[in-house]
Amino acid sequence: MRKGYSREASVAGALIALLVVVAAVAPRYFSRENLTDICLANAPVLIVAVGMTLVILTGQIDISVGSMFAVCGVAAGVLAKAGLPVPIAALGACFTGAALGSLNGGLVAYLRVPSIVVTLAAMVALRDGLRWATQGAWVEDLPSGFQWLGFSQSSFSAMILLLAAGITVTVGWGLRNLAAGRAVYATGSSEQAAHLSGIDTRRYRFWVFTIMGALTGLAALLNSVRFNQIPSNSGLGLEMRVIAAVVVGGTAITGGTGSISGTVVGVILLGAVGPALTFLGINPYWEKAIQGAIILAAIVADKVSVRVAFLSSRKHASSPASTRA
Amino acid sequence: MPAPLLEARSISKAFAGVRALNDVDFSLFPGEVHALVGENGAGKSTLIKVFTGAIAADSGSLTVAGREVRHHTPATARSLGIGAIYQQPSLFPHLTVAENIAWTLEGGGLWHRVDWKARQRLAAGLIRRAGASIDPERVAGTLSMPEQQIVEIAKAIGAGARILIMDEPTSSLTDREVESLFQVIASLRAQGSGVIYISHRLNEIFSIADRITVLRDGETIGTRNTTEVQPTDLIEMMAGRPSASVFPKREVPHGAIALELRNVSSSAAGVRDVSFSVRSGEIVGLAGLVGSGRTELAETIFGLNALDSGEILVEARTVRIGSPAEAIEAGVAYVPQDRRRHGIVLEMPVAANTSLASLRAISRWGWIDGARERILAERYVAQLQIKTPSVDATCGTLSGGNQQKVALARWLATSPKVLILDEPTQGVDVGSKSEIHRRMVDLAEGGLAIIMISSELPEILGMSDRILVMHAGSIGGVLSRAEATQYKILSLALGHRPTGEMAQIQE
Repeated sequence: MRKGYSREASVAGALIALLVVVAAVAPRYFSRENLTDICLANAPVLIVAVGMTLVILTGQIDISVGSMFAVCGVAAGVLAKAGLPVPIAALGACFTGAALGSLNGGLVAYLRVPSIVVTLAAMVALRDGLRWATQGAWVEDLPSGFQWLGFSQSSFSAMILLLAAGITVTVGWGLRNLAAGRAVYATGSSEQAAHLSGIDTRRYRFWVFTIMGALTGLAALLNSVRFNQIPSNSGLGLEMRVIAAVVVGGTAITGGTGSISGTVVGVILLGAVGPALTFLGINPYWEKAIQGAIILAAIVADKVSVRVAFLSSRKHASSPASTRA
Repeated sequence: MPAPLLEARSISKAFAGVRALNDVDFSLFPGEVHALVGENGAGKSTLIKVFTGAIAADSGSLTVAGREVRHHTPATARSLGIGAIYQQPSLFPHLTVAENIAWTLEGGGLWHRVDWKARQRLAAGLIRRAGASIDPERVAGTLSMPEQQIVEIAKAIGAGARILIMDEPTSSLTDREVESLFQVIASLRAQGSGVIYISHRLNEIFSIADRITVLRDGETIGTRNTTEVQPTDLIEMMAGRPSASVFPKREVPHGAIALELRNVSSSAAGVRDVSFSVRSGEIVGLAGLVGSGRTELAETIFGLNALDSGEILVEARTVRIGSPAEAIEAGVAYVPQDRRRHGIVLEMPVAANTSLASLRAISRWGWIDGARERILAERYVAQLQIKTPSVDATCGTLSGGNQQKVALARWLATSPKVLILDEPTQGVDVGSKSEIHRRMVDLAEGGLAIIMISSELPEILGMSDRILVMHAGSIGGVLSRAEATQYKILSLALGHRPTGEMAQIQE
């Protein structure tokens, strides 16, 4: 929504620069297998990041998604092992996520507990609760129909990518064209103004957390069916990766501005860096440092652009506000 | 005659070219209570800020205890014994009384050890000197308003303040609490301190002040001994001559009653037993001083404060308004005062801001019809003559007056029956101001009932068909356009009825 400066474009520029360097040094990076791998690994991240964009747009944050991701993955496996049909087990993972998300949302929206506190508690409680429940054991001996949800590997790969793309496009479209999307922006931008305009801001806060949970459950499911056993410690650090992608994509951490397309570029950029390092022969330990640098650069770019916009708007503004008390 | 504690000569101050103080003289003697009065925007707060060093005067001299002060800062103000107590006490709510007092008084490095006993003794002693008894161990958040103010006074005394500035200290106090505060002031006066007392309540001023200085439009109108002046003289000095500016007011026929309040009270908002009605086509001015409950009344009508008793009728039907959404549904629109915080969404384009309160009307099954939104926004851009490159421009890039028009557009888009405008022209340049006034008249002509809250008396007088004057949470009086004058409005706003209560105030 900001004019004259587009975060999507500058992040896309950075991404292209990275790919050009990689193309020159290590063209094998663009092999079909490698690209498929990167896409498959990042599709669940993208799905979670779409949910996170909604949460951050309303001015909140959810750092429990990593733990939620682990819980939902295990839930899918346990349900499948208990003999439930695979589609029901899959739905079960999404519902588990939605239920956990609605708990977060309820506490944030209706009891007005700061979201960082609520989701920090959820992050720790879910992670340790899962460790206690599983005793650290992985879910194994899954029914045969569970892996790839009974599809062939290649058609499943196509499906997961289509699903991620579908969700992204739908949410992005909804944010732009639905009254509910407008309300999400307004809530994050100025809760007072939104409330005065007759928008039930609490309801939107509740629902973005619930949607966040459901999407996390879906992402966990899509990730867990790629292997024939489900780790009980998956999703470690997922929350930071996702929040980073959203912020790099230009969504303001304070809410109100941002877009799904920015998040898409952010996920791709952060997801492309790690494998690129391997191909460039750089020690993979640098991955986190480089991701950190990207996040920092994005935030600095934000401040600079706001400053520039402020200065240029001052030049045009004609009315100094009255300062008399 | 003793030397003055504080003497200000020819103080002038301008903000961005707007003159806030012009050649103001003021003096304060030991053992004196000197009241400072004037309308909203007369320059009282600015003068106080000059005294406390919060802002620097452009010219003029300030002498404290016989020495001229240059480069006045909050730190020098404190060392010179100037302490200020504001309307809202600023204590740390989670610390105890003793800790709050110690925070400002105790020196020492970051690592000095706290002597808890001495801290207690100090606090207890200072509170006793302020004429009260409060347990120093109590947490500040649990204190009542006057108790908090006493702690503030104790802090000031502890800092060695001989000049105490009190800015509307009684605005949130009950009568009994005011009395106990006055006892404290009396004991300070007996100790030889000087008090600068700002209040909108004339009877308080007459019962506590020795001298009264009236400011108007940033100038000293005069200083009088309390014994030699009548309340009516003061009001005349504050009101001054009627303003010469022209308002684009037109007579339009009034229709049926659009909004009616019957004995509305809300303890949460401090609104007491308010009854009035507004007809369609009528502009009703809601006057009163800051803190008299004007905004709170508007918020109550708009569903932001719970109603304790009474009822609200829109077009003769009782409505239950518990939230802004229900108010909009009932046909009430409210353009709030602080448009940057409560009014428009700066990050959103003009079109999205315009449609925000009427999203349902421009969408089908939750899907916003972009074309209809544009048509809606463009209609209001044309009607209100909003200067914007296009309806896609971000609101943050528009000027103040145009932002205000966008806020207005949002509410007109809800097709309201009643429009409440809270300080519609505050912080708006002169051109946009008369522009907004013209639109208001157009809207009234179109059959809208308008309630306009304003602190600017000329605006109230120039635009209103009828004027409701609020005082202390209720309607102090109603004036017709023909009979209203600045003097009458101020009298009512100050809680001073032109007849009847004179004797009481004199006493």
